Amino acid sequence: MSVFVTLSTTLRNFVPGYRAADGLNLEVSGPTTAGDLAQRLNLPLSEIKIVMINGRRLELATPINDGDRVGYFPAVGGG
Amino acid sequence: MIKILRVNMKTKACDFQDVPAEYDGLGGRGLTSAIVGKEVRPTCTPLGPHNKLVIAPGLLGGTNCANSNRVSVGCKSPLTGGIKEANSGGQPGGHLAKMGIHAIIIEDIAPEGEWYQLELTKDTAKLVPSTVAGLNNYDAVAKLVQQYGEKNSYITIGRAGEFRLTAASIAFTDRELRPTRHAGRGGVGAVMGSKGLKAIIVNPEGGENLPLVDKEAFTAAAKRFSKALLEHPVCSQGLPNYGTAVLVNILHEAGGLPTHNFSAGRFEGHDEVSGETLNRLTKERGGEGVVAHGCMTGCIMRCSGIFPDKNGKFMGKWPEYETLWAFGPNSGINDIEMIVRYDYQCDDYGVDTIDVGAAICLFMDAGVLKYGDAEGCFKLMEEISKGSAIGRVLGCGAATTGKVYGRRRVAEVKGQAIPAYDPRAVKGQGVTYATTTMGADHTAGYAVTANILSVGGTIDPLGKGGQIDLSRNLQIATAAVDTVGLCLFVAFAVLDIPDALVAIVDMLNARYGLKLTLDDVPALGKSVLETEIKFNREAGINEFADRLPDFFYDEELPPHNVKYDIPEEELRTALTW
Ligand code: SF4
Repeated sequence: MSVFVTLSTTLRNFVPGYRAADGLNLEVSGPTTAGDLAQRLNLPLSEIKIVMINGRRLELATPINDGDRVGYFPAVGGG
Repeated sequence: MIKILRVNMKTKACDFQDVPAEYDGLGGRGLTSAIVGKEVRPTCTPLGPHNKLVIAPGLLGGTNCANSNRVSVGCKSPLTGGIKEANSGGQPGGHLAKMGIHAIIIEDIAPEGEWYQLELTKDTAKLVPSTVAGLNNYDAVAKLVQQYGEKNSYITIGRAGEFRLTAASIAFTDRELRPTRHAGRGGVGAVMGSKGLKAIIVNPEGGENLPLVDKEAFTAAAKRFSKALLEHPVCSQGLPNYGTAVLVNILHEAGGLPTHNFSAGRFEGHDEVSGETLNRLTKERGGEGVVAHGCMTGCIMRCSGIFPDKNGKFMGKWPEYETLWAFGPNSGINDIEMIVRYDYQCDDYGVDTIDVGAAICLFMDAGVLKYGDAEGCFKLMEEISKGSAIGRVLGCGAATTGKVYGRRRVAEVKGQAIPAYDPRAVKGQGVTYATTTMGADHTAGYAVTANILSVGGTIDPLGKGGQIDLSRNLQIATAAVDTVGLCLFVAFAVLDIPDALVAIVDMLNARYGLKLTLDDVPALGKSVLETEIKFNREAGINEFADRLPDFFYDEELPPHNVKYDIPEEELRTALTW
């Protein structure tokens, strides 16, 4: 299945060559959670504060489905 | 000694007075709202002689507490017709506090066409004819610095304030003497303009840190408070490195980034106008660019970066998230340099970036400009400074522009533009927009925290549950924070690290010799809100004004295809306790 991934701020540093304009299109096989996917990308789980799957805030343990878009964020805030 | 300064623009009398006992325990917003509530007739004409402009540092201003030198500006708003408090960073807040000036109350009006500036020292205050009338903020401040020197700080209005436009702001100089920090919202600059007051020269000489009743206890608590700020990743990493613009990408992902006049919740060009892009370009270009810049002495979160042009020269400050949103996604512009230039124009002419940016979008909605027309937007912005009819419409903000062009989809509450977080996809924020005493104001109860950022708990942003309580509690806490003089961004630490609030209470007790407990904090917030609600009721703004424009209830917002669905009857309970 294919998944579209976006990374925010410091998490971008863990994926060499990450281009924000393109995001990452990944092919994934077998049951995969958002956490599995993060580990595959070498993102330290301790630095991920928020995972959004299709624009909804979910958990690292949430399974990913074909065609999902997944966004990873460290702690961010403003106002 | 701590005192209040009364300045009468008609008689030119400037009197230092003792602080009346009834204002004990109040500063910042709590004090401006108390004075406006007591001394300004709610039915008065906002631009007339009976309105007053009140400027007040917060309760912990002029101390070593981190991020405590904000300054509040209060009056009856010509934009909303209700009470207004707009606060700002910059140097004057800390200076006024150290000079022992608890509040400046500007009364009555000068004869039309006469402009004055207030020369202020620790012990003296004098109104003199202004030497900078007719100038915008950057030129005005540069000339005042030549005339009065670099050790002062300056409070000014640009030409928009002179024209008394309802989105006019008041500028406060930053540490580098640039007029980049603003009390932006509600037309406070128009009220200063209506009085004939062009500038205040704040000479801090002889000012000193304020006496502390218990110095040791204060120092210990101030340390704990700083520690909490430095421990919290938003305050110590996110804000300094990416500014408030760090929000662009997360609001886009959450589907709550209002795009093309609130018709979608995601914007294709989002990354080009994001905090990540500000950070990258500022580092690449170097020169006068600064990542992690503090807008005032004592700020340790430093969100106000400086953006360099291609040659490394100062181009403008990092625009706030709301500025990037208004001119960017909502107006279809994905050119970050152009947005830095609009932000500079706003700072220079002295207008609120939110209301004017939202008005630009309505010019596009009306077909006067095309969405994404970056050059056209720049030219239209210049009209504000020229004082042309179209520039005056723009400088009066979104509600006026919407009326002039007969638009149906105008995102405003009580006449003030709704910023940067679509209420349909961030429902708690919708409660705040609808119900705050200020007109749509995101800072008044920042529900984005639990709705999107997982700070202070988590509440589903698309659901109705818990949103009213969330907004109410945040509005109460914010009224207290604004009274203390703290930059609101301390709230991230306060919401997540329990000792941060305890440290604030300990500092207040050590500073003033009080015996406050944690329970007194919400009590303070509530009493500030009660004063403001009473003023609004007597100004003719009742609870039925606590609503959102109906297009939010009628139209679905992609990508989540959600409508606003918290009934008006429920919204009307938000500010009851
Ligand atoms: S955190 Fe930002 S807005 Fe707050 S005082 Fe510091 S620079 Fe100013």
